[in-house]
Amino acid sequence: MSEQEQGSRRVFLKVLGLGAATAAASACGSSAPTSEEFFRQHYKKLTPEDKKRIFAKIEAETLAKTGVRTHIDDPPPIEGVEFAYALNLSVCNGSRRCVEACARENNLPDDPEIRYIRVLEIDMDGGVHLDDSNAYYDGEKVPEKKKFYLPVQCQQCDNPPCVKACPVQATWKEPDGIVVIDYSWCIGCRFCVVACPYFARHFNFEAPNVPPERINPNQGYLSNRPRFKGVVEKCTFCLHRTRKGRMPACLEACPTGARKFGNLNDPNSDIRKILETKRVYILKEELATLPRFYYYFE
Amino acid sequence: MSSATLDFSRFVRATARSMLRGSRAYWLWLAFLGAWIVLGVVAYLHQLNVGLFATNMVDQVPWGAYIANFTYLVGMAAAAVMLVIPAYVYDDHALHDVVVLGELLAVAVLMMCLMFVMVDIGRPDRVWHFIRFNWPSSMLTWDVIVLNGYLALNAWITTYLVFTKFRGRTPDRKKYVPFVFVAIVWAVSIHTVTAFLYGGMGARAHWSTAILAPRFLASAFAAGPSLMIIALGEIRDRMGFPVKDAALNRLRQIVAVTMLINLFFFFSEIFTELYSFKEHATSMRYMLFGLRGHAKLVPYIWSAVALDVFAALVFVSKPLYSRPKVLRAACAAAVLGVWVEKGMGLVIPGFVPSPLGEIVDYTPSFTEFCVSAAIWAAGALVYTLLLKAAVPIELGEVRMEKAS
Repeated sequence: MSEQEQGSRRVFLKVLGLGAATAAASACGSSAPTSEEFFRQHYKKLTPEDKKRIFAKIEAETLAKTGVRTHIDDPPPIEGVEFAYALNLSVCNGSRRCVEACARENNLPDDPEIRYIRVLEIDMDGGVHLDDSNAYYDGEKVPEKKKFYLPVQCQQCDNPPCVKACPVQATWKEPDGIVVIDYSWCIGCRFCVVACPYFARHFNFEAPNVPPERINPNQGYLSNRPRFKGVVEKCTFCLHRTRKGRMPACLEACPTGARKFGNLNDPNSDIRKILETKRVYILKEELATLPRFYYYFE
Repeated sequence: MSSATLDFSRFVRATARSMLRGSRAYWLWLAFLGAWIVLGVVAYLHQLNVGLFATNMVDQVPWGAYIANFTYLVGMAAAAVMLVIPAYVYDDHALHDVVVLGELLAVAVLMMCLMFVMVDIGRPDRVWHFIRFNWPSSMLTWDVIVLNGYLALNAWITTYLVFTKFRGRTPDRKKYVPFVFVAIVWAVSIHTVTAFLYGGMGARAHWSTAILAPRFLASAFAAGPSLMIIALGEIRDRMGFPVKDAALNRLRQIVAVTMLINLFFFFSEIFTELYSFKEHATSMRYMLFGLRGHAKLVPYIWSAVALDVFAALVFVSKPLYSRPKVLRAACAAAVLGVWVEKGMGLVIPGFVPSPLGEIVDYTPSFTEFCVSAAIWAAGALVYTLLLKAAVPIELGEVRMEKAS
């Protein structure tokens, strides 16, 4: 080998070494997970002691980072309860109050903006054609004449395509019908985002930033606790509220009473009465996802 | 230490020596690839730092250049069977001489596939979560299994054959021929599973078609052997490997048929979607003609069709393909045409319109471009090094010194 050849080889190796060094430096950067986070087990493997320890740690981290004292809980599904949602499209006025209430309740970032509920404005003369809908209508002018409003959020499918798609079982359907994500197990492949027919799953393309004054301190491990860059999140029917007998935040915020929520197995619940007396329909019935989210006109 | 282990360590040392020996052009080539790799590493570190925000992907278009390249390359890896089948099933001697070069290409390409998946993942630190894999329901789990299996098969077959040659022995058919036949079926499986990733998505009408896997295979079997024709020509010219014209001609015959089948499948799909003007054809209309003022994919898809048609015309017409330069241009057109057709023609339009009817245009960001280019460079680097190790042994220039 000539001297020149050796020289170019040396430069080449040097450049490679530089790249490796930068890589190592970055891996130790601020965004790297701690060893506890790195080795944290799947939600279903956590013992009550593990949970206690992990929740305390997350609370301490939030306190250190934002000065806000939060409380993380993990209410289990209530036996015999199966949740469902119904929405009266005849009265929804497109105010997007539900969208904002959901964002505050679930600690959704404004920048980059993540919203679990998307309200579509649709022409009244054309049926329910999603392809002609507008999600970017002016919220000041609602309700507009000859338009109706269709809020879409996670439909909590009984046959969820997202759960089937996940390669690592980071998302599953709970006994009360709510589809949840273990944010600490999700690898961020976004196959579930691809699989979802309702645009209900949202990916943290960058680190979510919620200003301290906007943090909701009442948090559920499987719902509105702090999330991070690179994982998927979605509506959980506010399980940290609803499993304790409260209503979802979107329902409480609705100014028109369009939203009804309850236990399908309770014959006296609002939701059962609606299903029994109204002509309801579900979105994209042909996909056989069996949503727990019913729409109706009256 | 057994003699095989000892011989293998000699083999490793000998191949490493071959890799470190080369002309000025060789080192320039490595430096060229290395520069791209460094650029890509820097871009990837930036992406790790800020998140996938560094890409142009959004919730409406959650997969982009990375998965498009991945999908295409799975096909390129599978296409090695277009050399293996004639060589082993039909005893084509000309192809048998070069089959190991095709299998080495599959190894390099599979590494690229795995890299493209890794850079697409939001949390690469959590790859170990695959211990809780979701099998059999998740197609992505299937894909991980079949890709790694195919990589292992090809790594074994090539290492065994080259190592045996290095030792100056005759390969024991029992030790590799069964694997070759398993690999033939396996190759079909990798691209089928990759097609099923898409075909299984009921939410995405553009992919929900039974012809998807056949189309994937046809296009891969057109682009893969086309790349092999180019690669074998380079290997013959630059490394003095005796590639027979009969081998190139057989590959040309193969791509003539597969490219026509590919175009036929594509046409069938366009007809089925557009003739009845179904609502499901929205993605197809967006891709071919644009929709509501959005037409970003239109130039891509028509260029892809033009490249494919040009390649097909050359592959079937003797006055054209008998000129080596024209044939190479046609092969390059097939490689590029299928690449665009799979990425901009299949992966991206599947997301448009979004499930709620939104149209969001996508083109890769600068970061995505740099990272993707670096992975291509890394693949080329791996293939170059593998050839550098294997070719001198295949030529008999490097062999084990008889142990004293």
